[in-house]
Amino acid sequence: MNPRFKPGDAVTVRRAYPPGHLRTPHYIRGHHGIVERVCGSFANPEELAFGRNGLPALPLYRVRFTQRQVWPDYAGADGDTVDIEIYEHWLERV
Amino acid sequence: MRGYHDIGGLEAGPLHKSQHDYALWEKRVDAMLVLLSSKKLITTDELRLGIETLGADAYERLSYYERWIASISRALVARGVITTDELGRRMADAGRRARDSA
Repeated sequence: MNPRFKPGDAVTVRRAYPPGHLRTPHYIRGHHGIVERVCGSFANPEELAFGRNGLPALPLYRVRFTQRQVWPDYAGADGDTVDIEIYEHWLERV
Repeated sequence: MRGYHDIGGLEAGPLHKSQHDYALWEKRVDAMLVLLSSKKLITTDELRLGIETLGADAYERLSYYERWIASISRALVARGVITTDELGRRMADAGRRARDSA
């Protein structure tokens, strides 16, 4: 699959709560971030978890979030960020 | 719903930084996972799903490698690599050996 997003794109993490094995942390769902890089395409871990082949491979992105936005009581520096690797089906364009 | 393992951002108490040696059985579980992965009989994601569906009580009660072997056993049964009957018999044998050597 060709990646839908490119570095610099603003994205939102879907607020989704399906059962199974999910690589998208609970705390980041619903937050806005910026695509930092495209990491490549990888077999879908949510399918691999059930013994299937996880194909077609899905684009994986490193998405950068502002700590202050993720944690309202964040005590560190204003510019601090957190990078999370997230599969394409969890992201929507802002 | 938040999985019981998905604890990013939650209050977690102090970190225990003490070091400890691994028991022989823990090393064997680790080696078993490496072998099964290299033979494509399990994926990291199957291992994780098994741990994430142990139930919150078992997850809290079991040690790190106890979670692994519980999950590995379930995945191998689900894939048809072993049967529950074989697993049960081998567990009973291992229990007997442990009691005999005690």
